[in-house]
Amino acid sequence: MSKVKSKKWAQARTGYLFLLLPLLIFGVFTIFPMVFAFMISLYDWNLLIPDKPFVGLSNYIELFQDEVFLIAIKNTIIYALGVVPVQTILSLFLAFIMNQKLPGRAFFRTAFYIPAVTASVVTSTIFIWIYSKPGLLNYLLSQIGVEGTDWLTNPSTALLSIMALNVWSTSGYFMITFLAGLQNIPKSVYEAAKIDGASTWTQFWKITVPMVRPVTYFVVVLGLIGCFQVFDQVFIMSQGGPVNSTTTMSFFVYLNSFKYFRLGYGAAGAVVLAGIIYIVTVIQKKYLPPDPY
Amino acid sequence: MKKIKLSKILFWLLLVAMTAFYIGPFLFSLSISFNAEQDVFQWPIKLLPEKWTLSNYVHVWQDLPFATWLGNSLLITVVQTITNVFFASLAGFAFARLEFPGKNFIFSLFMASLMIPGIILLVPKFIVLNEFNLINTYAGIMLPGLITVVNIFLMKQFFETIPKDLEEAALIDGCSYFRMFWQIFLPVSKPALAAVAIYTFQGSWNEFMWTVIVTTTSDMFTLPVGMNFLKNEFQVNWPLLMSGTILISLPTLIIFLVFQRYFVEGVASSGSKE
Repeated sequence: MSKVKSKKWAQARTGYLFLLLPLLIFGVFTIFPMVFAFMISLYDWNLLIPDKPFVGLSNYIELFQDEVFLIAIKNTIIYALGVVPVQTILSLFLAFIMNQKLPGRAFFRTAFYIPAVTASVVTSTIFIWIYSKPGLLNYLLSQIGVEGTDWLTNPSTALLSIMALNVWSTSGYFMITFLAGLQNIPKSVYEAAKIDGASTWTQFWKITVPMVRPVTYFVVVLGLIGCFQVFDQVFIMSQGGPVNSTTTMSFFVYLNSFKYFRLGYGAAGAVVLAGIIYIVTVIQKKYLPPDPY
Repeated sequence: MKKIKLSKILFWLLLVAMTAFYIGPFLFSLSISFNAEQDVFQWPIKLLPEKWTLSNYVHVWQDLPFATWLGNSLLITVVQTITNVFFASLAGFAFARLEFPGKNFIFSLFMASLMIPGIILLVPKFIVLNEFNLINTYAGIMLPGLITVVNIFLMKQFFETIPKDLEEAALIDGCSYFRMFWQIFLPVSKPALAAVAIYTFQGSWNEFMWTVIVTTTSDMFTLPVGMNFLKNEFQVNWPLLMSGTILISLPTLIIFLVFQRYFVEGVASSGSKE
């Protein structure tokens, strides 16, 4: 009896020992910051001023009177609602093609996936050039007789341009996620449909789309969480400009925390952003559940 | 018969167009990086340079702190890859194979944290590191990413597929848990370890936001942050910038091309956690 007990104890001790460093890192850099973020947001916490007075909810009150923050919320919502559906449909479509028997399939799959493994600084820099007035996009447009604009300095196209880059760079990643889901659909289902004379298009809508619904749910959740926090592309390509047309909530948080050193105000902005992300995922779970049956 | 042929042609045209859409931008930046002329903004633009040169690459190496940034990037990436592979598999083993009080609670806490938006942790993480005077140090850049929860999850999932009889034999032999982990589990887990290593390598090599926040002087920059810094300094010298971006993307590109299989497996299993 005592031997069994000591064996159990040895196992528990090993378990805790193996988890020691992960728990430490996780505690210091995830759990504690999570709680600490709420606290900071209630203080006038400035990096340059030693005195940090408690100000209650006044950071939050200021946020909702800050015109730039309201613009940032609007831009972020436009960004997420624009990017997520397009990238989800595009990546499902790519996965569907890549799931067919196709000569050179590995080559195409690699081509579509390369933007997803490339550093954001690389893709953003390349696209600054593509979007510039004498850049590639305007060159291609001029070939079909359309006159372009300076995409990133024009307030009405800047956000849209960054959204397009995001679709381009992440659709390959989600294509692989969908591909895994597609490979779980039994071949016999498609064969039965073929015997019934269903076209490829019908098969896509009647078999593929409903059967990958759990994967779609996952792709949409990840896509939303990513889009709501978009930062790199904004920081590299536009710094929020022109006239705040690309200021997203993440960039707003960065600007206030690390440029103006108003850490309390920045933290409050981040808490609001996290709240919005939470609400959106709850809404998604309610109205677009992974399994409708 | 004719109708089928037409749709086939359309399908291949579409496929070629998609391929151009996804890799075209890289090919054009490659072309610019070999351009001998500084001013690539002539209208109409040329898709291929008139005069080819390697001098842009030489410039990147010689005139810029490229070597320093490369060193920083390598150090951070290598350390984070090693710690992630080792500690994530150790933790994954504990979750998959050991019994201890609070195991399920800790694991669900880990998994729940995946839903926390990273942005909310940014300011508090910065304050914590600032308290320890770790801003603008290697430790400050590396510490938060030493172990990531997704990797622990991947390893746990993998270890759970290993048959139980392997370890029962070892237990009867009186083997310690660490030796069991090291000598029995690790050798059969190469695909999962490779996936974790590749993912971590790619993630730390490309990391941008956190490095921007914790570094304050250019000698601590990594390649992505340094390149962005250069972009602001040398806005006009596109050939130079493009050779830099090509150099930065080479390591991840090569690793991706060589280990594609593991990439695909990793994404696939992270997608099945719902």
